[in-house]
Amino acid sequence: MKKFFLVILIFNLNFSIAQCLDAEVFVQSTVNRASDILSKNISKDEKINGLKIIAKETVDIRGVGFYSLGSFRKNLDNNQKKKYLDLFENYFLKSFSSRLSEYTNPKINVLGKKVLNENYTIVNSLLVATSERPEIKIDWRIYTKNPENPLIRDLIIEGLSLARTQKEEFASILNSNDNDFNILFKTLEEFSKN
Amino acid sequence: MNLYIINLKMLRNLAIIIVTATLLSVSASAGTDGDLILKKNPSKDIKETKDCFEKLNRATFAFNQGLDKAVIKPIAESYRKLPDPIQSGTSNAVKNLSNLITIPNNVLQGDVKTAMINTGRFVVNTTFGLLGTIDVANKMGFPKYEKEDYGQTLGAWGFGPGCYIVLPVLGPSTIRDTGGSFANVFGGDPFYNASIHGNNEFLGEGLFLTTKALSGIDFRANNIESFDNLEKNSLDFYASVKSLYLQDRENKIKNNKRGNIDVIYSDEEDWEEINN
Repeated sequence: MKKFFLVILIFNLNFSIAQCLDAEVFVQSTVNRASDILSKNISKDEKINGLKIIAKETVDIRGVGFYSLGSFRKNLDNNQKKKYLDLFENYFLKSFSSRLSEYTNPKINVLGKKVLNENYTIVNSLLVATSERPEIKIDWRIYTKNPENPLIRDLIIEGLSLARTQKEEFASILNSNDNDFNILFKTLEEFSKN
Repeated sequence: MNLYIINLKMLRNLAIIIVTATLLSVSASAGTDGDLILKKNPSKDIKETKDCFEKLNRATFAFNQGLDKAVIKPIAESYRKLPDPIQSGTSNAVKNLSNLITIPNNVLQGDVKTAMINTGRFVVNTTFGLLGTIDVANKMGFPKYEKEDYGQTLGAWGFGPGCYIVLPVLGPSTIRDTGGSFANVFGGDPFYNASIHGNNEFLGEGLFLTTKALSGIDFRANNIESFDNLEKNSLDFYASVKSLYLQDRENKIKNNKRGNIDVIYSDEEDWEEINN
């Protein structure tokens, strides 16, 4: 009986350690993949395409898209939601890969993590300083509802949330245009085309 | 004649307020490590900063962008071409002078220990560090320096930000932060007092304005790529800058080392609703 409890205890311990490690390992492996692409001697377009593939696999684009709409998302019908998500994915992939492609051979070290609840873990990391820029602290909000498939929902750079910035940007566009979703859709479309 | 002198004085003070406020309104990063804590409903504590003058703000923002492209950015790019020791020396010297505003604000926020550390830092850097051009205190292991200003102190005392405003030349601010900037010229900045009101042959208005201008150029030079990248990837650059400025101020007022989740997500429930 004692052994049984010991096995259960060890199993639980291992399970929780594995869960704890998951988000950190996930971030470090994602970062390593991106870093590999950025340090390769390939064209900028090839780098951008490589980063887009990584983003599709590791970022919860649908979740970020809905978060970016804030309370406005409740006003969309199903057709509009579908259209929005398509447009948002194109916008996000272009914006995300374009931002990252400026870096050459970035070195990011994962430092630790804080489990917020069963759905979210924040992973702390540091973009190592170079002669051209200081070190930059980056926190990753990881959606861990499915522990086997963690997904990135936000990057918090030096305390500034990209998702929150994007949400406030979208809200500003809607507020300035009488909450007309078509204007937002058009803006997203134009950004992706250019 | 008297009226002319009064007007000149007013203009001079206005110029000084504007330059000083620039530096208060720009400033950078948000800190080191620390715990991230999730409250059940942080949105109750956080009020949205209203953009009461949006049309005027957007017009001022466009003007500032034009000015930046024509004047400030080219100067910052030239500054970046200077030898590293000159850049780092300038950066260290203006940072050292900012201690004179940080220290009284440490005290006003009840953080006497940090005020004493910053006083030590200022004395060491001003003497052994050759007027602050070398950050000797950092090499001696002093804790990382965090700037404070009167806007932050007002925030720490519980004053809300008021409306968001974009100041000509100076950029993003709030009513509270702009009000805080005025404290500098009403006795809150010892360097201002000594330069403008002091009877000292080594200090003067020109030196004061030069240090403030250098501080602004140093900041701009350190952020050329970041701003370019942000502008290029923003759907609404004005809204992005506003969001980042307000997030940064919230972090600084709450002295968050890493981004505190309470502040970052003004409505945490928004995340919780989104399930896959």
